Amino acid sequence: MTKKLGLQTIEFKDTVSILSTAAIAGHREGMGPLAKYYDKILEDAQWGEDTWEKTESKMQKTAISRAVEKAQIDVKDIDYIFAGDLLNQCTSSTFAFRDFGIPFLGLYGACSTMAETLGLAASMIDGGFANLCAAVTSSHFCTAERQYRFPLEYGGQRTPTAQWTVTGSGGVILGKGDNLPCITHFTVGKIVDAGIKDANNMGAAMAPAAAETILTHFEDTNRVPQDYDLILTGDLGKIGKSILIDLLGQKGYDMSDNYNDCGCMVFDINDSDIHGGGSGCGCGAITLCGYIMDMFRANEINHVLFVGTGALLSPTSTMQGESIPCVAHAVAISAK
Amino acid sequence: MKYTKQEYQDYANKKSPDSPILKDVVFAFLIGGAICTVGQAIGDIYKNFLGLDEESVKTAVPITMVFLGALLTGLDIYCKIAKYAGAGTLVPITGFANAIVSCAIEFKREGYVLGLAAKMFTIAGPVLVYGINSSIVLGIIYYLMQTL
Repeated sequence: MTKKLGLQTIEFKDTVSILSTAAIAGHREGMGPLAKYYDKILEDAQWGEDTWEKTESKMQKTAISRAVEKAQIDVKDIDYIFAGDLLNQCTSSTFAFRDFGIPFLGLYGACSTMAETLGLAASMIDGGFANLCAAVTSSHFCTAERQYRFPLEYGGQRTPTAQWTVTGSGGVILGKGDNLPCITHFTVGKIVDAGIKDANNMGAAMAPAAAETILTHFEDTNRVPQDYDLILTGDLGKIGKSILIDLLGQKGYDMSDNYNDCGCMVFDINDSDIHGGGSGCGCGAITLCGYIMDMFRANEINHVLFVGTGALLSPTSTMQGESIPCVAHAVAISAK
Repeated sequence: MKYTKQEYQDYANKKSPDSPILKDVVFAFLIGGAICTVGQAIGDIYKNFLGLDEESVKTAVPITMVFLGALLTGLDIYCKIAKYAGAGTLVPITGFANAIVSCAIEFKREGYVLGLAAKMFTIAGPVLVYGINSSIVLGIIYYLMQTL
């Protein structure tokens, strides 16, 4: 009995429930419109640590600890933890869980990591390989800036298309439970390179990958946009969002009613530093783990398609003049 | 999707807002001009009140401006001005100080040798390399013009 639908989608036959989620957000994110849904808002970028990297690790650790508390489970009962982040060698994740003593699988999907970790963790449970799994990711503005761009104090001007990396971490505990939102489908995206070379226009680079994955998801599952209360991409920002609506519109899918992008939701729209919108693994993660899960609990939404979008570039590839390959993974969540 | 890469890039360019060139140029002119005015004022003070001779003023003014650029970088002020000024804060010598000091601050955590000292010139390095090289080329041209 195959659980694969169509070309790229896995259908989970068993119940894979979201037992709990936790969202840790940075100070600036805490001034945004979704602030009340976060479990913790940092008072400053450093959070008592002497390096930004340590702060980011602490955010992941706290996200999982908080989610474990909320699910009322013992952390040792987690069978596998799936984690990833934006830093070289994924050190935010590995350093966060080095003392946890839980089987660890590190992933890199750039900003698509929340969807990737969720989908793989759900597959482990549905396949009968695990009872409890954790999925977690993070990004931090300061660690991302120093790795991908310039020192924080450097006086540069950002282009209107540049996006602002979200400081935040989202953690999810998956297991089997009653009357909880469930992960029903996982559409694994292919790498799509639309030829965009501007690392300051990642929304435009990622939109075709997101469009392909969403389109494939609809075809594989025989669904249409109206089957969802909300379709949510991770961090396309204003430009990517508008391109995605165009691309899917050309294929006959009307996305105007129930589609949004976390990058357009996470920050205060009057904040002049944000330019194109929010980005980073944390962008989708804190929006999903905070606001979206709260909407499920309040029965305000019942079906969500969460699409993590990742730009798979590195500072080296950008300097060598390469275009930006992108990937998007979709996870369908439904209330039970 | 049906786009070729070129078609998609053209379409994405159309979708992406351009930088507000006129606003950027006006701000760069005003703030860059203000920095130069400060430099001139400091020079005048050195000359008229401290009695420095012309050659000493030419040395003392850049030293002072580099110090001010570094100080404002350390105080998290320079990057905030630069957000509006763009080339206005980049081109004067204070921008050179900012490029060096911001790297030094950022990479201090990786140690004083391989962090701070090694990374200090990541942004300013190319300016030095091409600045020195172009002055050599100009020097040769000048020399040839003198001899011919």
